[in-house]
Amino acid sequence: MSERERDDHSGTETTGHEWDGIKELDTPLPRWWLWVFYGSILWAIVYWVLMPAWPGVSGYTKGVLGMSDRADVVRELDGLKAHRQAGEAKLRTASLQQIEADPDLQAYAMQVGQSVFGDNCATCHGAGGGGGKGYPNLRDDVWLWGGSLDEIRHTLEVGVRSGHAQAKGETVMPAFGRDQMLTDAQIADMTEYVVALSRRKANQAAVTRAAQTYADQCAACHGPAGAGDPARGVPNLTDAEWLYGSDRASISEQIWNGRNGVMPSWQARFSPETIKALAVYVHANAGGDAEPAQAAAKEGVVAVATAK
Amino acid sequence: MTVIIDNTKKTAAGDGRGPVSAAEKARAKGDAKGGLYKPREPIYPKLVHGQWRRIKWALLILTLAIYYITPWIRWERPGALPDQAVLVDFTGRRFYFFWIQLWPQEVYFITGLLVMAALSLFLVTALFGRLWCGYACPQTVWTDLYIYVERLFEGDRNARMRLAAAPMSFDKFWRKGGKHLVWLGVAFGTGGAWIFYFHDAPTLIRDFWIGRAPMTAYVSCAVLTATTYVFAGHMREQVCTYMCPWPRIQGAMLDDHSLQVTYRADRGEPRGPHKKGQPWEGRGDCIDCNACVVACPMGIDIRNGPQLECINCGLCIDACDEIMVKVGRPKALIAYDTDAAVAARSCGQKPKHEYVRPRTAYYAVALVLVSGIMLWGFLNRSVLDIHALRDRNPTFVRLHDGSIRNAYTLKVANRGFEPVPAEIRFSGVPGAQLRTPGEPPQDIVKVVLPPNEVRAVRVFVTIPADSATDSSLPAAFDVRTPEAGARAKTVFLTGAPKSP
Repeated sequence: MSERERDDHSGTETTGHEWDGIKELDTPLPRWWLWVFYGSILWAIVYWVLMPAWPGVSGYTKGVLGMSDRADVVRELDGLKAHRQAGEAKLRTASLQQIEADPDLQAYAMQVGQSVFGDNCATCHGAGGGGGKGYPNLRDDVWLWGGSLDEIRHTLEVGVRSGHAQAKGETVMPAFGRDQMLTDAQIADMTEYVVALSRRKANQAAVTRAAQTYADQCAACHGPAGAGDPARGVPNLTDAEWLYGSDRASISEQIWNGRNGVMPSWQARFSPETIKALAVYVHANAGGDAEPAQAAAKEGVVAVATAK
Repeated sequence: MTVIIDNTKKTAAGDGRGPVSAAEKARAKGDAKGGLYKPREPIYPKLVHGQWRRIKWALLILTLAIYYITPWIRWERPGALPDQAVLVDFTGRRFYFFWIQLWPQEVYFITGLLVMAALSLFLVTALFGRLWCGYACPQTVWTDLYIYVERLFEGDRNARMRLAAAPMSFDKFWRKGGKHLVWLGVAFGTGGAWIFYFHDAPTLIRDFWIGRAPMTAYVSCAVLTATTYVFAGHMREQVCTYMCPWPRIQGAMLDDHSLQVTYRADRGEPRGPHKKGQPWEGRGDCIDCNACVVACPMGIDIRNGPQLECINCGLCIDACDEIMVKVGRPKALIAYDTDAAVAARSCGQKPKHEYVRPRTAYYAVALVLVSGIMLWGFLNRSVLDIHALRDRNPTFVRLHDGSIRNAYTLKVANRGFEPVPAEIRFSGVPGAQLRTPGEPPQDIVKVVLPPNEVRAVRVFVTIPADSATDSSLPAAFDVRTPEAGARAKTVFLTGAPKSP
């Protein structure tokens, strides 16, 4: 069955194989293909000599050109560091206010801040810094721990209830319901009182009943008018910003549970320059006020007074 | 191995009339299997003299002069801007044309120009045939130039054909070699001139020779050198016949009333050789001398009627006129004429030229319309431009007193060459207050726009709680300088429930 013959039509020999009467032409490879093939073999040999190629037991042939992707990466990273040197140096020496006043330096700080924020802060505060329930919105004008550049930097350095020696948040909100400090009825009345503090319609009888409890339990931190205390991170209850929600269910739940936010200290993780850049970034995104507005305490007094 | 399936009858090639397959021709040329492609038959156009040839020489010099000289024209511009009249500045992202400066955002002017060019081409083609192909197309101009060089080295048609058939000798070698060298020189000059449109020409010409020019300059120059040499020197009419889509498109533009290079068959037929002194009665004026065929750079016989290959260059007109003068017959046996006129004359009627036809009217109206729109757009082009990018995360922010704030980054472009003070206003929401970082709230944001740049302005807009009547309020930013203004439409998002 293995008889080669010449095909009349094409003038090419057959392979000599036959399957059910079908014969296969032994068409020679195109010459250009062969040359490319031989060329590839030659190229492979040249490549083995020039480039890293053959694995060994404890290493590999390095090639005479000394190509190494790993070395390239290291070199590029070094280059990047050198490239950033100038900006880093400026960040190190300039004060936060100086950084913000210099458009170029601010732009650089914003770039650094944005990438660091995305990698570290966005998990809780959101990619745009918009926050969420229990996680402060960093874009508005309400700051538990102060919204000036230096205050933001300090908060970043020490964190909130982070275990850092100087951590903010020594004052904590008690869980009035869970720890049975107040009865459910008292919490219901207190909820109405807090609603009234923010100048919304509330049950007057409940507000009157809760007034004494507020003075006993809450006023020490939140103040007699509910204006809070920025120095201790105590939220203002008279404004439109509600960390744990503004509806009655959320307010009542917070009184019952007394949640207290936690933010890590970033001092150990970031260089001082990075923290500066981050502070500039957060400050600029919140509007860049030199002195962010804090809700006036008096408004709250008026509100509760009229509600009565 | 490629197997050609050839269903044509295996007759000897060229045995007479009728279609002959490419495979058949290839076989006749000695390729026993028949090649895949039709082998090119070399064309040796004979030099002609006359009116159209003179026009072609003039246009060749004019178009080449425009191409080579334009990048060297200087034009004063303020500051560090390039002083080159025509420049496509990729690094600076600007296009300069004398007093006009276009930004990448304004590329629609270039698009409009191309649309206008296409419509002009339609109109001209419908009226006068393929004038572009015959006179102005770079392929035609450079091929003409290359044939001129070829003639300098190898002589006219007959000498070139003899040389091609002759065995290699010193004479043939230097003539052919010299020709290719000059061709390459011209090609290099072509590619070399191209790159000057993209960089400052005097700087680039120095940097080019000392190896400091950008890699793109060398690559562009090399590519254009190669294409010029190959297209104008070796491929010539094949580019028009096989590669260019225009000959196909133009079939749709032409009609019986389009002027084209036409062999007036009504006058020329029946053709035949004519001896001096023989009478002209009872025969056509065409003496079948083949002068039109040997002059044709496309290698066709115009007497076969309008053809895809014909580029309307008119060289056969000159060739025929020369002969007609010699034999004492009127000129213009081949002329720019219409099929309708030829048909009318064959019927003994007086030919009419209809220039205003529905087709030409459409093209003209479209051309006027597009040119008008582009001109209007260009004259009303503002030196200012503003775009509002609203922060999308978070979409809005509620402040301590319940007011709502949106943050925008405004991109304000000042296309002028002077810094100008500008005022930015916000409209659409009552009671809105603007703030830029570090400034107190205000109604108007004042900035100084740097010249020839896009300035990003960060603006916080705060509206009172009771202005938030819908989840999304239409709004706009207006920027005004003493001379100009621009507006960017945007929305203000409030987080309020969507109004029904």
